[in-house]
Amino acid sequence: MISVDVTVNGRRYREEVEPRLILSDFIRHRLGLTGTHVGCEHGVCGACTVRLDGAAIRSCLLLAVQVDGAEILTVEGLAGAGPLTPLQEAFHRHHALQCGFCTPGILIAAEDLLSRGRRPTREDIVDMLSGQLCRCTGYTPIVDAVAEVAGA
Amino acid sequence: MKPAPFDYVRPESLDDALAALAEAGGEAKVLAGGQSLVPALNMRLLRPALLVDVNRVVGLDDVMSEDGALRIGATVRQADTLLHAHPMLAAVLPHVGHTVTRNRGTVCGSIAHADAAGELPLALVACGGSAIGASTRGRREIPAEDLFLGPYTTALAPDELLVETVWPQFAHDEGFAFDEVAQRGGDYALCMAAARTRGDDLRVVVGSVTPVPTLLEVDPERPGESAAVQIEPWGSIHASPDYLRHLVHVLVDRVVERARERAA
Repeated sequence: MISVDVTVNGRRYREEVEPRLILSDFIRHRLGLTGTHVGCEHGVCGACTVRLDGAAIRSCLLLAVQVDGAEILTVEGLAGAGPLTPLQEAFHRHHALQCGFCTPGILIAAEDLLSRGRRPTREDIVDMLSGQLCRCTGYTPIVDAVAEVAGA
Repeated sequence: MKPAPFDYVRPESLDDALAALAEAGGEAKVLAGGQSLVPALNMRLLRPALLVDVNRVVGLDDVMSEDGALRIGATVRQADTLLHAHPMLAAVLPHVGHTVTRNRGTVCGSIAHADAAGELPLALVACGGSAIGASTRGRREIPAEDLFLGPYTTALAPDELLVETVWPQFAHDEGFAFDEVAQRGGDYALCMAAARTRGDDLRVVVGSVTPVPTLLEVDPERPGESAAVQIEPWGSIHASPDYLRHLVHVLVDRVVERARERAA
């Protein structure tokens, strides 16, 4: 067992883990943060996307032991106890979700895109979404929601 | 979809990393970005005894411009904007995975993984670049053309760490182009091609349709046609051999034309 000291959504956790425990399972099963969803477990669907020290990454493609000393943001940390973020409000307004399974990963990936200091174009948004699978809503309302916040 | 058990070490010096790989006697895997390795672990396609996580090894995260080449360390992420200082990398990186996988995936990891449909191995061959391997026996430079032996197979020894890749810059009067056909953005390509030209020199490399990125001698007057007859693709459920040969024809003509336009 290896010790992991990690800050998730501003709260510090110290856990003992097996090296083979993947980060998505650590977040869901150890920390109880089930907003991060697990789809394919091989990096294709994007449902498990979280931010690691600011950068959006696939949590199914990282080991929990690798995040020792890091800061992680999951979908639960976007609004915290406060009101919804502007991006979440835009998703609501544009009906950018139906079943919601893909939504946490898309929100996190879009927040990363919006925080890069350069205003993303509609094309950038579509390119970002190529890595996030949605099987029910269709992408147009998702692109519209992100574009509204981006001012694209 | 959960990895089999393995031991894990996270060295902070290159010497410690190389010692761990040497001790493991070929039973270890190097973990850098993990965007190809971890899926293989999750699916239990690989069951290494030991993972050597090199992400915190000091000195492997540099991008340096030196002697007319860009030198990229083992843990430099594909998303690193400094990589755009090389036109070939700027052209291929948008096709490598997705924004989110590029935040974690490394350039050197893609090279060491040697997927036949990987854009970065093809780009390294097209640039005439090289890889620096290090082990407890010392360092050596392997030219890209000698590095790729087959799908997922390189000339690197099991205890050798790919510490750096070297990407020669193009001359000012040199034109280059890259293009690929994939089923969806971010997917592995069905077929890809790169061309470089300077004066009468023409260098064409194709990938995905061959086991390793392959340099072709082409007829300067009919580049696509002469490239397509040299390729014997296997085909798959997604694309027949005839269709892939057609893609070689079209893509090689396209990249050669663009490379010539840029050189002019």
